[in-house]
Amino acid sequence: MLNMIQSINLALKQEMERDGNVVVFGEDVGKVGGVFRATEGLQQQFSERRVFDTPLSELGIVSTAVGMAAYGLRPVAEIQFSGFIFAAMEHLYSHAARIRTRSRGRYTCPMVLRSPHFGGIHALELHSEGTEALFVHTPGLKVAIPSTPYDAKGLLASAIRDNDPVIFLEAMKLYRAYKEEVPEEEYTIPLGKAKIMKEGNDVSIFSYGVMAHVALKAAEEAKAKGIDCEVIDLRTLSPLDIDAILNSVKKTGRAIVVHEGPRRCGIGAEIAALINEKAMLSLEAPVVRVTGYDVPYPLYKMEKLYLPDIKKVLIGIEKAAKF
Amino acid sequence: MEPIHKISKTFVPTVQILMEDGTLNGSPMPKLSNQQIVEMYKTMVLCKIFDDIAVKLQRQGRIGPYVTIRGQEASQVASSFAMDDSDWMFPSYRESAAMIARKVPLKNIFTYWMGDERWAGDAANGNNFPVAIPVSTQIPHAAGVAFGAKIKGDKVASLAFFGDGATSRGDFHEAMNFAGLFKLPMVFLCQNNQWAISVPRSRQTASETIAQKAVAYGFEGIQVDGNDIFAVYKVTKEALEKAKNGDGPTLIECVTYRLSDHSTADDAKKYRTQEEVEFWKKRDPIDRLRLFLEKSGLWSKGDEDKLIRECEETINAAIKEAENAKPPSFEDLFKHTFAEMPWFLKEELEELKKAYDGKEPELTNKVEKIEGSFP
Repeated sequence: MLNMIQSINLALKQEMERDGNVVVFGEDVGKVGGVFRATEGLQQQFSERRVFDTPLSELGIVSTAVGMAAYGLRPVAEIQFSGFIFAAMEHLYSHAARIRTRSRGRYTCPMVLRSPHFGGIHALELHSEGTEALFVHTPGLKVAIPSTPYDAKGLLASAIRDNDPVIFLEAMKLYRAYKEEVPEEEYTIPLGKAKIMKEGNDVSIFSYGVMAHVALKAAEEAKAKGIDCEVIDLRTLSPLDIDAILNSVKKTGRAIVVHEGPRRCGIGAEIAALINEKAMLSLEAPVVRVTGYDVPYPLYKMEKLYLPDIKKVLIGIEKAAKF
Repeated sequence: MEPIHKISKTFVPTVQILMEDGTLNGSPMPKLSNQQIVEMYKTMVLCKIFDDIAVKLQRQGRIGPYVTIRGQEASQVASSFAMDDSDWMFPSYRESAAMIARKVPLKNIFTYWMGDERWAGDAANGNNFPVAIPVSTQIPHAAGVAFGAKIKGDKVASLAFFGDGATSRGDFHEAMNFAGLFKLPMVFLCQNNQWAISVPRSRQTASETIAQKAVAYGFEGIQVDGNDIFAVYKVTKEALEKAKNGDGPTLIECVTYRLSDHSTADDAKKYRTQEEVEFWKKRDPIDRLRLFLEKSGLWSKGDEDKLIRECEETINAAIKEAENAKPPSFEDLFKHTFAEMPWFLKEELEELKKAYDGKEPELTNKVEKIEGSFP
């Protein structure tokens, strides 16, 4: 039985044992094993050559990862909180994501950028945002967000073995929320494959991260009101599992998308557009978005107003069901 | 034990006036009246007690994660006393003492740590920017304010506080370059407290000192004993005067020590020795000034007891005021995003009200016990 932090730690350990080119670095990841302890014990096992603390420099971490990856390593870099990723955006957008294109495939960027993400934990300012849409909107990046300890291990292994840059966003609220059975042996979960958390026939709910769990609880409450929801955890936002989305919508004819980040140009907008383009005639109702609002993420006192919760998801479910 | 800091003999001057035993070493003293010195001492004690109480409030779930200032009182209080009210101060998250010294109301500072947006909207905050949470981002903003003052011809300087870790980021270097090139009226005040969470100063940069980095940008860098209130005051006062006389920026490296954990979410025992902490406890900036005051006949045990009582009363009154504030409304979440609220925010506001069936939200100052974890 492992929680998510432990399963991430195990995936890192096993991938480092499997491939000598995997290196882990970032702020405080070495001696103390990361502020959340995701890299605990790795420096002791693999030495400072492969697991090291960097200066306090997000730009330095991401940009040197691009160079290391071009040289043939598989860097797994950590940004301590995803809210501090912006100084490195130039290197993500303009270089990590583009080096394959710019060199016509001669150089690639098989790096993973891990970062604690999302809100709901009463953290300080800029420690809680759901900014994943920025990375999905960056051509050339893959984006994975696990919602369970089991998925975290398999998705991280796939991300490290992937030949393109992967942004791996980990919900802080889920790090130690619960434990589940996670196999000791290696396994992978392919990037781009969603998971049906609960089957249903009336309304499809697409979500990921912490909100996948909120969606599931809302679906249970909706069941009592006679609405049978299907809950799909997208797991990877880039590439999206288009088959899973369309198959579900073709069955239910109604869809809602739940995410923490702001609504404008978010994942909900993308999914609504995809359904419009590819399953318009299956729709019985407009796609509903239940999301964070288009305001800067508030300090923690107003956090619960900002975030989608079971009540808000239920309102969304009823809106889709009763249209 | 590896050397904790080296005083450079190579690149930059170093300043120390008040020795650890509370005696003066004969270096030139800044111009300060006895009354000003006592005032600075009282402020440092207020900051220390504020910090102790804030940590307790966090443990009781009455405020959220808190970043401590213990050990850095002299660096923050002396430099703030050296500023004029018209000068602009740019704090990082570890500058409660500077804010207190700059007369930001204690209630506002508690309101901030209670996770309430409304702390910053108060005119009583003065020319003090909101706390910068990302490391070093406040430094180029301070350069921008200094640039503005220069363009407008105002006799105003800006001062940016930051730590040793911040000097590893581009924001610091780019601000240094602008300030040097445009001769901006600015003071870069680095509190080298030896630790950026778990990473020691020696693993942050290969430079022997932080102060010497100014040399490469074409202006003056000075290293100062950051636990010596007279040295910090003197060096900062002179740097601010120089800035306002049009003679450009200065980088001041206050060599000090973070006596507490990085924050209430940290446990420094995991990465540093008790021996090192004890070494620095003996160099406590407050004890040092108290010894001086006692030797000078300016302070007694009775004064100390009275001060502690007064500080506790002031702080408890501020906590009460902050805790009794009316909770924010639904509109508070939306109304400061733009000058005028666009249609989609009006829609989202209505949607939120509907989710609460029109009832005002129950938002308490009490920090809820939440599943999951902050480190």
